[in-house]
Amino acid sequence: MIAGMFAQLGVPTDAPFAVPEVAWSALTPLLILIVGALALLVVTALVPRTLPVGFFTVTTVAVAAGAAVASLGSWDRVTDPDRGPYMAVAGAITLDGFSVLVTALLAITVVLVALLADGYLRREGLGAAEFSVLVLLSASGGVMMALANDLIVMFLGLEVLSIALYVLAGFQGDRRESQESAMKYFLLGAFASAFLLYGIALVYGATGSTNLGEIAGFLARDVPSEQGLLLGGMAMLIVGFGFKIGVVPFQSWVPDVYQGAPTPVTAFMASGVKVAGFAALLRVIVSALSVQAQDWRPVMWVLAMLTLVVGPAMAIVQTDVKRMLAYSSISHAGFILIGVQAASDRGTAGALFYLFAYSFMALGAFGVVSLVARQGDVGVDLDRFRGLSKRRPGLALVFAVFLLGQTGVPLTSGFMAKFSVIGAAVASESYALAMVAMLTSVVGAFAYLRVIVAMYLGDDEEMAEEGTRRVQIPAAAGLALGLALAVTVTLGVLPSTVLDAARDAVPARLSPSR
Amino acid sequence: MDVFVFAVAAAVILIGAMGVVFSRNPVHAALMLVMTLFGIAVLFVQQQAHFLAAVQVVVYAGAIVVLFLFVIMLLGVDVAENVTVEPLVGQRTAAWVITAGSVGLLTALAIRAAQVSLGMPSGTRPLDGEGGNLVQLARVLFSDYLFAFEATSVLLVIAVVGAVVLANRSPGSTADAGEQEHSPTGAGR
Amino acid sequence: MGDPLQGGDPIFIGGIDFGVVALVVLKVLIGFTFVMVGVIFMIWFERKLIADMQNRIGPNRAGKWGLLQTLADGIKLIFKEDLMPNKADRLVFRLAPYLTVAPAFLTFTIVPIGGLFGTGENGTIEVFGYRTFVQVADPPIGVLFLLAMSSVAVYGVMLAGWSSGSKYPLLGSVRASAQMVSYEAALGLSVVAVVLLTGSLSTHDIVSAQSGGFADWNIWRTGVVPFLVFCIAATAELNRPPFDLVEAEQELVGGFHTEYSSMRFGMFYLAEFMNTITMSAIIVTLFLGGPDGPSLFGPDIIWPTIWFMGKLFIFLFTFVWLRATLPRFRYDQLMDLGWKRLIPLSLAWLLVIGAIRIADDEGWNVALVIGISLASCVVGALALVGASRAGRIRRRAEEALR
Repeated sequence: MIAGMFAQLGVPTDAPFAVPEVAWSALTPLLILIVGALALLVVTALVPRTLPVGFFTVTTVAVAAGAAVASLGSWDRVTDPDRGPYMAVAGAITLDGFSVLVTALLAITVVLVALLADGYLRREGLGAAEFSVLVLLSASGGVMMALANDLIVMFLGLEVLSIALYVLAGFQGDRRESQESAMKYFLLGAFASAFLLYGIALVYGATGSTNLGEIAGFLARDVPSEQGLLLGGMAMLIVGFGFKIGVVPFQSWVPDVYQGAPTPVTAFMASGVKVAGFAALLRVIVSALSVQAQDWRPVMWVLAMLTLVVGPAMAIVQTDVKRMLAYSSISHAGFILIGVQAASDRGTAGALFYLFAYSFMALGAFGVVSLVARQGDVGVDLDRFRGLSKRRPGLALVFAVFLLGQTGVPLTSGFMAKFSVIGAAVASESYALAMVAMLTSVVGAFAYLRVIVAMYLGDDEEMAEEGTRRVQIPAAAGLALGLALAVTVTLGVLPSTVLDAARDAVPARLSPSR
Repeated sequence: MDVFVFAVAAAVILIGAMGVVFSRNPVHAALMLVMTLFGIAVLFVQQQAHFLAAVQVVVYAGAIVVLFLFVIMLLGVDVAENVTVEPLVGQRTAAWVITAGSVGLLTALAIRAAQVSLGMPSGTRPLDGEGGNLVQLARVLFSDYLFAFEATSVLLVIAVVGAVVLANRSPGSTADAGEQEHSPTGAGR
Repeated sequence: MGDPLQGGDPIFIGGIDFGVVALVVLKVLIGFTFVMVGVIFMIWFERKLIADMQNRIGPNRAGKWGLLQTLADGIKLIFKEDLMPNKADRLVFRLAPYLTVAPAFLTFTIVPIGGLFGTGENGTIEVFGYRTFVQVADPPIGVLFLLAMSSVAVYGVMLAGWSSGSKYPLLGSVRASAQMVSYEAALGLSVVAVVLLTGSLSTHDIVSAQSGGFADWNIWRTGVVPFLVFCIAATAELNRPPFDLVEAEQELVGGFHTEYSSMRFGMFYLAEFMNTITMSAIIVTLFLGGPDGPSLFGPDIIWPTIWFMGKLFIFLFTFVWLRATLPRFRYDQLMDLGWKRLIPLSLAWLLVIGAIRIADDEGWNVALVIGISLASCVVGALALVGASRAGRIRRRAEEALR
C-alpha cells in the first residue's frame, strides 16, 4: 500500500539507494568510548545516591583501556601489506596505521588522566561522574578526528573534543581562574572553529568534495582554474588548526587556559588534545593537500620558527610552574611543526613519535604539579617546589626525569623525539629550522633546569614556616606517574618499537570510488 | 525577476547586518540579525533550496536568536553599551584601518572581476537527479554523510551534558555571587 | 517559480501570465477573508458557548443572538485611546502586534480547503480556465513552513512583553516563549510521523495520501498517539487554556499584552483567534484527511469544503470546551508535561513507526518488530521514570543537608 502511494506521489522508491555498509570492527574503539560514557551517564542517573569516585575512575580506566586494546587489535590488519588500510561507512573514515596509533595514544592518555584525576577530584570535592563522562566523550571526539577521512567528520570530532573541554576547563566553578580559563578557551575556540569551517567551505568549493581522499585525487588530476579558493581555504584551515594546537601567533589563549583549568584537565589538553589536533593537521594538510606542499610549507616554516622562538623565551621568565609548563607546551608544538613542515613521510613519523613521547612527559609533569598544589589547585609557584627533594625525594626525581625529558636529554624519550623531527627537517633541507630548533631547546632547558635546581638545591625553610603537611600521593596518581615515567625512560633507551610503528603509521590516502 | 528578488534580499541582508553592528541596544541588534537571516532564507528559496530556507528560519530565527533574546532579557543586559571607553588601546583605530583596507581590496576585486573571467572557478556541481532537493539531501545524508550524521548525536549529547554541568552548580558556590546585584532592570532603554 | 520536479500547483505549468497573477491575488484575498470572517465568528462563538456552559446568557444585544458583538467590540477598540507606556521601546512596541498577526495568516496559506482528492482531479479545480489547487500556496516544504511560522510567532509575544518596559509583561513573555519553544519540539516530532508515512512535506500531498476514505486518515495510520500529542502541543503553542500561563490574570495581570490598548491590543486578540483557527485547520489537514469525505448530493465540488468546515468546527468547539472546563496548569507541571512526557512519547512512537516501515520494506516479521520496539520503548520509559525518581531522592537529600 505504502509503495503504491509513493508511486502516486512521484517519489522514486525503486531508485537504488545503497545504504552504506557499517564496518563495526573499524568503529569498535570509538563505540567503546561513547557507549562507556553513555552507560556511565545512565547508571549515574538511575542510582539515587552519589557513587564513590573510585567507581568512576575504575570504569573510565577500563573503558579507555578497552578502546586502546581494541584499536591496537587492528594494527596487524591495517599494516599487513596484502590487505592494507581500508575505509568504512561510505568513505567517511579511514582505518590505517595512523588512525590506529593515534586512537590508541588518545585512549592511553585518558587512562592516565583518569588515574591522575582520582585523587584530584577527591581533594577538590568535584563531581566524578560528569568528569568521567566528559573526558571519555572528549576523547571520542579526538578519535573521530584521527579516523576522519572527511572534513565534516573532522570538524564534528573537533567540536565534540572542544565542547567537552570548554566545560572541563571551567569544571572548578568556584575558582575564578577556572571560569576565566573556560571563558577564554570557549571564545577563542569558537572563533577558531569558525575559521576552520570557513576553510572547509572554501576547500569544498575549490575541489568539489569534503572527502579527503577525493580532494587529494582531484588535486592530483586537475589544477583548479582559480587557486584563490583553495589557497584561501588552506590558509583558514591552518589558522583553525593553529589555534587548536596552540602555535604562535595563535597561542595567546594557551597560558591562561592551561593555568586556570583543573590540572588533570590541563594534562589532557597538553597530551590528548595536542595529539588530536596534530593528527588532524597531518591528515588534512600533509596528507590530503600534499600536492600543494609548495604553498603551505613556507607558512608552516614561519609558524614553526615563531613558535620555537617565542615558546621557550616566554617559558624562562615564568615563576609559576604550571604556566611555565604551558609555555613549554607551546614550544613543543613548534618542534612537532618541524615534522609537519618537512612534508615527508619521515616528518610525519617524527611528528607522531614526538606526540607519543611528549604526551607522556606532559601528563607526568602536570600530574606532579597537581599533586604538589594545595587544595583549590593553588600554590604551584616555583617556591612551592623548593626543597621538594628533601620532603618527597621520589616525586622530585620523577619530576626531574619528566623535565629533563622535555629538555631533550639523551636516554629519555624527549631526546629521540627531538632527534627524529630535526632529522626529518634536515632530510627535507630545512637547515635553518633545524638550527633554530637546536638553539631554542638549549634556551628552553634553562626553564626546566631552574625548577630542578629549586627542587634539589633550594632550602625548605619557607615551606616549614607555612606549616604545610607533606605532599600526599594517592595510589592512582602514583600508578599514573609510574606508567608515564616507564614510557619516558623506555622510549629513551629502546625507542625502536614505537619508531617503527610511527614509520608504518603514515596516513593513507583513500578515496571512495564512485 | 531573479535580479529583483536578489537585489531586495541582498539589501535586506546588508541593512540587517549593518544594524547588528551599529545598534546600541542588544535587542535591536538581535532583531536586525533576524532580518538578515530572513533575507538569507529568501536567497535560498530563490536558489530552489527550499529545505535550507525552512531550516534557516526554524533553527536560526526560531531557536538561536530566541535564545539570544532570552539571555538578553533575563540577564538584563538590554542597556546601551558604553562606547566611550576603549578597553584595548588602539583597537578602534586598527579596526578602521583594517575595514578600510578590506573595503579597498574588495572594490579592487570587484573592478577586476569585470575583466577576469570568473566562470566555473570551483569543482562543485549543482544538484541533479529527481525528487527535489529534500530527497536529494536525505539520500546524501544517509549515505555519504551517514557517519557525520551519527557523530552529530554525540555532539548533542556532550552539549547537553556540558550545559547541565555548567548550570547545575549548587547555589552560593559561584565565585561571582557578590556580583549578582546588577541594577533592577525594567526593560526598555 | 515552482520547481517542475516537485509536482506543485498546476497553475504555474503554463508559465506566469496576467491571469495567473490575478488568480493568485484572488486566492490570497479569499484566504484572508476566510480567516477574518472565521475570527469574527469564533470570538462570538467562544463567548456564547462558554456562557452556555456556565449557565449564563452571553452576548445578546448586538444583532440576532449577539452575532454582531465582535464587530461592535472592534469598533469600540478602534476608537479607544492608543497608549504608549513611558518606558516602552517605541519601535519594537509598534512592531510586535504585526509580528503576531502575520505568521497566523501565513500558516493558513498552506491549508487545502477544498477540491476533490482521490479522483483524476487530484484536488484541483478549474477557475477561469486555469486548473489550480484550492489552497493559497503549496510550497514543497509545506509542513516545515508551518514549523517555521510557529517559531516566528514567538517573536511577537516575546517582543511585546519586552518592549512594554514593565515587569509583568516581561515575565509573561519570557514564560510564553519558553513554553512555545518547548512544545515546538513535541509538535515537530509528531508531525514527522505524518511525513514519514506520506513521504512528502507538501500539505497537498499529505491530504491526497489520505484520500482513500475514512480508514486512510493519518489519525489511524499513525496510530492516534501523534494526533493526541499534536493536539496537546498545539494547544500549548496557542497559549490557550489550560496552557494559558502567559496571561495568568492572578499572577501576571494580563501577561505580555498588559500595556497594550486600543487596536494594538485588538491585533493580539485577533491573532489569538486566527491562530486557533489556523491550528485547527492544520490538525484537520495533517490527521483528518483535510477536505476528504463522501459527496452526498448536489454538485460534488462543494462537498470537500463542507467536510473541511465541519471538521474544523469540531476542533474549534473542542478548544472552547477545554477553556470552559480545565483549570490552568502550574508552570513546572507544564514544563514536565512537555519535556518529560510528550517529547519522549512522540519520539518513541516515531521510532516504532519507523521500525514498522523498515520491517515492511525489508519483509521482516512485522509482529516481531512491533513487539521488540514496544519492549524497548517500555524499557526506555522505565529508565526515564527511574531517573526522575532517583533525581527526586537526591534533591530531597540535598535539601535535608542544607
